Amino acid sequence: MSLTLILLTPLVGALVLLAMPRRLEGGIKIVANVAAWAGFLVSLPLWWQFDPSSADQFQFVTRSPWIPSIGAEYHTGIDGFSALLVLLTTLMGGIAITASWSAVSLRIKEYYIALLVLQTGVIGAFIALDLLLFFLFFEVMLVPMYFLIGIWGSDRRLYSAIKFFLYTLVGSVVLLLGILALYFHLHAVTGVYSFDVTRYYTLDVPPRLQFWVFLAFFLGFSIKVPMFPFHTWLPDAHTDAPTAGSVILAALLLKAGTYGFFRFSMPMLPDATREAVPWIALLSLIGIVYGALCAMAQQDWKRLVAYSSVSHMGMVVLGLFALTPTGITGSLIQQINHGVSTGALFLLVGVVYERRHTRQIDAYGGIAAVMPLYAAIFLLMTMSSIGLPALNGFVGEVLILQGTFVVSKVWAGVAGLGIILGAAYMLWLYQRTMFGEITHDENRGLKDLGLREVFTFVPLIILAFWIGLYPKPFVDRLAPAVQRLVERVSPEIAAGAAAAVHAVPDAHAAPAVPATTHPAPGVH
Amino acid sequence: MVTLAWIPLLPALGALTLGVFGIRFFPKRLTALLACTTLTLSFVVSAFSVWQLVKLPAGEARVLEFTLGAWLPAMASPTSHGIGSFGVDWALRLDALSAVMILMVTFVASLIHIYATAYMDHEEPGAYARFFTYLNLFVFFMLTLVLGANFFVLFVGWEGVGLCSYLLIGYWYQKNSAANAGRKAFIVNRIGDWGFLLGVLLVFMTTGSVDFYAVRAAVEHMPIETTTFATLSAACLLLFVGATGKSAQLPLFVWLPDAMEGPTPVSALIHAATMVTAGVYLLCRNAMLFSHAPQVLEIVAVVGALTAIVSACIGLVQTDIKRVLAYSTVSQLGYMFLAAGVGAYGAAMFHLVTHAFFKALLFLGSGSVIHGMSGEQDMRHMGGLRVFLPITAVTMTIGALAIAGIFPFAGFFSKDEILAQAFANNRPLWVLGVITAAMTSFYTWRLVALTFLGSRREAAPAHDAHGAHGGGHGHGDHGHHAPHESPIAMTGPLMVLAAGATLIGWFGMPPVWGGSAFEHFIEPVIATGAHGGEGGGHLSHATEWTLMIFSVTVALAAIWLAQRMFVQKPAIADAMAARFSTAHRWLTDKLYFDELYGATVVAGTYAVSRLSFWFDRTVVDGLVNGSAAMTVFSSWLSALIDRRGVDGVVNGVGNTLHDASFGFRRMHTGLTQNYALAMVLGVVVFVGVYLVVR
Repeated sequence: MSLTLILLTPLVGALVLLAMPRRLEGGIKIVANVAAWAGFLVSLPLWWQFDPSSADQFQFVTRSPWIPSIGAEYHTGIDGFSALLVLLTTLMGGIAITASWSAVSLRIKEYYIALLVLQTGVIGAFIALDLLLFFLFFEVMLVPMYFLIGIWGSDRRLYSAIKFFLYTLVGSVVLLLGILALYFHLHAVTGVYSFDVTRYYTLDVPPRLQFWVFLAFFLGFSIKVPMFPFHTWLPDAHTDAPTAGSVILAALLLKAGTYGFFRFSMPMLPDATREAVPWIALLSLIGIVYGALCAMAQQDWKRLVAYSSVSHMGMVVLGLFALTPTGITGSLIQQINHGVSTGALFLLVGVVYERRHTRQIDAYGGIAAVMPLYAAIFLLMTMSSIGLPALNGFVGEVLILQGTFVVSKVWAGVAGLGIILGAAYMLWLYQRTMFGEITHDENRGLKDLGLREVFTFVPLIILAFWIGLYPKPFVDRLAPAVQRLVERVSPEIAAGAAAAVHAVPDAHAAPAVPATTHPAPGVH
Repeated sequence: MVTLAWIPLLPALGALTLGVFGIRFFPKRLTALLACTTLTLSFVVSAFSVWQLVKLPAGEARVLEFTLGAWLPAMASPTSHGIGSFGVDWALRLDALSAVMILMVTFVASLIHIYATAYMDHEEPGAYARFFTYLNLFVFFMLTLVLGANFFVLFVGWEGVGLCSYLLIGYWYQKNSAANAGRKAFIVNRIGDWGFLLGVLLVFMTTGSVDFYAVRAAVEHMPIETTTFATLSAACLLLFVGATGKSAQLPLFVWLPDAMEGPTPVSALIHAATMVTAGVYLLCRNAMLFSHAPQVLEIVAVVGALTAIVSACIGLVQTDIKRVLAYSTVSQLGYMFLAAGVGAYGAAMFHLVTHAFFKALLFLGSGSVIHGMSGEQDMRHMGGLRVFLPITAVTMTIGALAIAGIFPFAGFFSKDEILAQAFANNRPLWVLGVITAAMTSFYTWRLVALTFLGSRREAAPAHDAHGAHGGGHGHGDHGHHAPHESPIAMTGPLMVLAAGATLIGWFGMPPVWGGSAFEHFIEPVIATGAHGGEGGGHLSHATEWTLMIFSVTVALAAIWLAQRMFVQKPAIADAMAARFSTAHRWLTDKLYFDELYGATVVAGTYAVSRLSFWFDRTVVDGLVNGSAAMTVFSSWLSALIDRRGVDGVVNGVGNTLHDASFGFRRMHTGLTQNYALAMVLGVVVFVGVYLVVR
């Protein structure tokens, strides 16, 4: 029940907006904000009510027939990772809508409807446990985002919007093929037509079919992530999207791709997953380094952040496909982190874009003198993005690097280059915009952050410190899901860990220091 | 022991309060009071904790620990020895080694904070509070670094001090040179961090832990990699890469001289006494580990010795008073690595501590001179200042004698021990060390001579355009007054540090005079057991005496030479510069390291970056746009063919193109139809695939 409530709250808001006369601009904004933050509030209990110690893989499960003739169901439920993603979605949705208050003046009714429908689509994708239902939501996300970019975007908005739509659509179509292949295979083996995700977790798909389905899923998800070389829609879409669109795109839509790997490709097709590891690692590593290098060459503030996303998402995929507990956990944490810090970075661009209507980096410079609070938050988020320890980015990065290192030292070494390059392009961006003398007179009178703007950053700042200093509550919620996936894709590690739990404490631990040498209690 | 947590937390609270409220609301006096109080309290708590520690019986059990809780929760992870557990706790540990460090850090930092309250007095209240926010925050991270019980808590401090260094170098951020220098420091350090992180991961892989004591216990029983270059050696080498970044060693030393763009108290605290010594601390902290990698130790020693001599050479000819000290710092850090590299970790640590005193003294003294000269940093415009700044002159002279290694000042004891250990273990490096020592005495005395001795040289008229040290932001406002002595808040710390630079050497007596109490204290932590150990051979008393007398003689001779060249007959210096003009120019231009890196690594990275972006737009995205264009074209073509109603064969071809164009087909028309078509087509294609695969 409660998941459906979370799913429908923004949609109800959109319906209310639909009924409102368009001249009530203030009312429309208020309704949109209320709907979005109500959506966050109704999702908040998930944090406490989700029980990591439960034996059930999915909690809050709702099932009812949807299209009985083909076995499709309205089947929703969450594990630890989807719980965190839903919370991230409702939070970022609220932030995006509040951040739009004064940024958008054109067709605001439709604008907020699009954002709220988008919100519903994203939540739906993260809670669906029926392949067809997932696919539906996966596609539903596209349409409002297409309009957001195409109508409220800048410069080449039509080109970017169409490119975004068609490119991801190509991936989706192939993804659907993969889903159907599995669907028919399930019928061939069991005689049942069903899109129930959990059924496929126990289905041993023949290797050859695994290969083809994995390939189809890979295309669908890797375009969404996006992974090199399918990433070129991203900088265009980000650059031309309105601020809220960029925030949602970076923080949430990209996660639909990595979520797809986590929820479908890997547990359903474990053999093909293992086979694919070197190739996906290669693409991820290229993405990390290449995305960072491209970011360094940008003159456009948003495009720079967009390319940094390519680099960071490469890291996320690398960790996931390391197939080790630390790598996977790091990857999942890093997805939240990327939502927080890149979302914040896009918000930050939006703040000055609203004041100056330009994204060109050299139109700024010396901003720290007139917007000190802005400069401080930007610095914090820069540090979060480049993985300064004690902030969130480090926790994800170091777990990913650790999880990768035990698989291949070379991969970890190359991925580590991303950390150097990340510092280089982010600090250069920071210097070019914030430091130096003010070179453009228009910048002298810039107003520092207002109360509403500060409000949009506060939750992200809290999360950056929280995950950075004490990620345990997050890791604990993820642990069962990670454990299940590891059992599926890396049975030898799962078995070894289980043995280690029963064995005597680590033979290498010094007797004098019990700290940090406990025998794997994190793995149940 | 909970008290441990307060040592770093006090300055953290100071930074938090100043950052949130101070920058906006606090008057300068309140800011200064708060910043200094947190630091002084931190020193008191440190002293109390160390006192508690000393009360414990000597030996390996002399440890106080505090674990706050889990940071990275433990997770199963493969290691070289089967499935282990990777996890990190927020854990602090006070043992003899960290005790020495926290006492030094809090003591020196307190003095520098007091000094800075006067030195930065010309700043606006907001900027003043920002300065002390960063400075307090720095001390928090530095204390975390030295108290961290495992590699990752150390790394929090390691990166955190880097951040504060970045912020403080770029404190006058309106100046591009300052902003550039800050960024350069951070990025060069990140290159080192790459090595650090990989090194730590390799340590975990090999030993199954990241806790320093657990690693030490695990390594102790592993074979020493004398001939093979296996995992321990690789791990040590990677960690050493990290150390070269943080401690400004070859080839990553280029950021430190530029870091002098920061205010002088920053140079004294971060870029002389504390942060830059973190690399040396890292090595000593992992003495057992490094002693199992003798080949890496040899590299450490050679890099240290080379860094020492190369930067000393550059220091010989610099004319900016802070730059001389910066190169001197690089050189002295090289000494410390030389010591660690020959296995004399105790000597390295001792030099670290004595250096903190006399180098902080020299930097603060130079700051007092700059303050008294209204922002002037060029020694060619100084001279004869002993009359105007008597306290600064006397205290700096003590600092100079200390760094030169003259008995009985602190540097004599620590440097003598390093040279003795080098003599016993590696003669060629000893020779380099002695030459460096001579050059150190020479350039330090040159600094004293040019600044305080002789007669006053008038400032050049172009002084205001000089620009260094943020002159435009404050000191420049003073205009051309006569040089003046600094207020007591500045001279006080100078006098205390001078006392320290005179006295603390006595904690580290050479063996012939009864042995070093300092090393006896930290011995349990840096012990390398039956393996390796403190150097190879022991020296006889006669050799010790000879070496001591020899090095003091060399230092005195170098001082005499500098006195002659720069005070008595200044013409000699100019003649020498003219005679060896090429060498002089190379050294003045810092051996073109910056230019070399600029032309290779930096320019290369930018070139590859631009190339990547070009490739992305034209090739990768070109393929996307090209296929879209192809689809539109084929769509148009098939429509054309349809319309013209050509015969069935042509129709067939057209349909094929039509089918191939599914996704991109109707770029300019409705999307719903397109979508539906795509789905239908998808099903069709799927059935085909399914038939093949089945």
